[in-house]
Amino acid sequence: MRHTISVLVENKFGVLARIAGLFSARGYNIASLAVSETQDPTISYMTIVVEAQDEKILEQINKQLNKLIDVITVTDFTKKDHVDRELILLKIGYTIKDKQRLEDLFKKYVGKIIQVKGDTAIVEAVGDQAQIKQLLEVLSEFGIKELVRTGRLAITN
Amino acid sequence: MLGARILLESLKCSGVEVIFGYPGGQVLPIFDQLYDFDIKFILTRHEQGAAHAADGYSRATGKVGVCLATSGPGATNLVTGIANAYMDSIPMVAITGQVGTHLIGNDAFQEADVTGITRPITKHNFLVKDVKDLARVISEAFYIASSGRPGPVLIDIPVDVQRAETEFIWPEKVNLRSYKPTYSGHPGQIKKAAKLISVAKKPVIYAGGGIITSDAYVELKVLAEKIQAPVTTTFMGLGGFCGTHKLFLGMLGMHGTAYANHAIMEADLIIAVGARFDDRVTGRLDNFAPGAKVIHIDIDPSSISKNVRVDIPIVGDAKNILKELTGQIKRLPDTISWLKTIEGWKKKYPLTYKHNGSMIKPQYILEQLWKLTKGDAIICTEVGQSQMWACQWYKYLTPRTWISSGGLGTMGFGFPAAIGAKLGCPEKEVFNIAGDGSIQMNIQELATCVANKINVKVLIFNNGFLGMVRQWQELFYKKRYSYTPITSPDFVKLAQSYGALGLRVTKKSEVAKALKKAMQANNTVFVDFRIEPEENVWPMVPAGQAINKMIEGLA
Repeated sequence: MRHTISVLVENKFGVLARIAGLFSARGYNIASLAVSETQDPTISYMTIVVEAQDEKILEQINKQLNKLIDVITVTDFTKKDHVDRELILLKIGYTIKDKQRLEDLFKKYVGKIIQVKGDTAIVEAVGDQAQIKQLLEVLSEFGIKELVRTGRLAITN
Repeated sequence: MLGARILLESLKCSGVEVIFGYPGGQVLPIFDQLYDFDIKFILTRHEQGAAHAADGYSRATGKVGVCLATSGPGATNLVTGIANAYMDSIPMVAITGQVGTHLIGNDAFQEADVTGITRPITKHNFLVKDVKDLARVISEAFYIASSGRPGPVLIDIPVDVQRAETEFIWPEKVNLRSYKPTYSGHPGQIKKAAKLISVAKKPVIYAGGGIITSDAYVELKVLAEKIQAPVTTTFMGLGGFCGTHKLFLGMLGMHGTAYANHAIMEADLIIAVGARFDDRVTGRLDNFAPGAKVIHIDIDPSSISKNVRVDIPIVGDAKNILKELTGQIKRLPDTISWLKTIEGWKKKYPLTYKHNGSMIKPQYILEQLWKLTKGDAIICTEVGQSQMWACQWYKYLTPRTWISSGGLGTMGFGFPAAIGAKLGCPEKEVFNIAGDGSIQMNIQELATCVANKINVKVLIFNNGFLGMVRQWQELFYKKRYSYTPITSPDFVKLAQSYGALGLRVTKKSEVAKALKKAMQANNTVFVDFRIEPEENVWPMVPAGQAINKMIEGLA
């Protein structure tokens, strides 16, 4: 099962390597990882989506992360109210006939066409896990040529 | 002040008395300062020896051990020693030189990404890029190494930082917002644990290296005697409970005593203190202590419920918690019949071995050593059969008299560790129990001993084999002794060529005499005991079996 956790860390040289190293050394799987500075430039915020078969592994991930000297706090969102979002960018097949259909789609989902070049359109979309999944299913009908995603971001509410 | 000087002044402020190390190109400024600085420096003959010596010094004294090496190969030679200290939670600070900051990442001569290499085997590490950070980093390194669950910390210092100048300001206090170890146990949890102990019928205390680290020897004894519970220790916990105490069961696990293992399997309550339920202790996990509730006291939350399901976790310092816990126990459990059962096991399954004419049995050497020292010595070991016999056949009465590589199982550890131990405790007799294989892994440190008049006594259990691997090949690989027969130099002549004393013992009747001679010698001594070649360590739990499924070779 996938779990979302956030890790506040000291914004120091090598911290990402420490976190990534811990996951690989202990055999935990990272599904996605997003890192950036917070409003306090000495602190970075990581949102990590992990694969954990059971509670025990999740508990160990939590404890092992906390053990790292540069980790300030670890929050497991599994049992916490939270908001999560992901941004995706795609290149899809496009003809002028698709314009209306895409505009209708982006009334239902948060997204837009950024650019059209020849038979390709670049589109962006933002949403939670379920929305992104549904949207990708629909967009696959257009033919997805390229897809990049930020990975999940999460914040408690 | 020069960075190199700031380093030494900071070490002094941190209470460092001795540094083990080896010079090289990227630590020249540090060595130039060491030339007339008032701190003892021990030049080993290999950086690995320096790391193990710092580790041994730490285990013998409880202080932070310090080692120093140059960049690249100097630093990578420390790696085994750092990993060893990490696995056994030993406080150590390793200092390495690094190529100049402008060359980092350039594949410069003798460059290695040492913070990268040591990240998974240190509690924390630092690359100091600005001399202004140096004093603060050193104070943080010592604090991190010695607090909470201790461990090694590495500081990588580029040579230009050693040469740079700044004002030396020693920080009075360390404040790390992201690192605050928990020392006092949760009062509610302690209360619950006390209640559980009161109603136990078959309690066992399972004590680990945390007892030694937190200096909880007295507190453990008081608890055990108050509730009349038998005590077994892990390998790392040896010396944490008096080895001749009537409540002592010896070590548990793969080569533990049968009665310790039976006690664990039959227990209705396990009080685990500063131990981590590793695979050499638990054997087959789903069959471990099936009827027992578990109280687990540990300073490292990640040790709790990692392997074994725990009923009452208590995070904090063993010493504090044991004291609190003992005070909270109002009603004492009735363990009279439990202790009787255990006495029965002790009689039925004692540790034993068979004599074979004048042949020297390794167990016999240890028995004689015990008779001569009565526990008043520091016993270091290498790794393998000789190490396991040393766990079983010598009695450790007090903490820090047993020094051995547990988690990592590093051959070549014992000899340099003995050097460190002797420097830390010069008034103590220090032995290294070695095999003919292990001793050859860091034998170059003989020169360190002789040059510095560090008198350690190395007892080589010479059986012509890499004995523990041979034992597994005998038992599980149809006696196909693949590359386990091993040749050795003439250890007597070798010792002599270094300026040490070499003795050879081939008969049982000569053992005690040789030990006495070694103890009386005002020199480093190598004693080459020619022991029974295919003696095995019994009892033994095959890997992955329940710990009461022991093989007894004598049956």
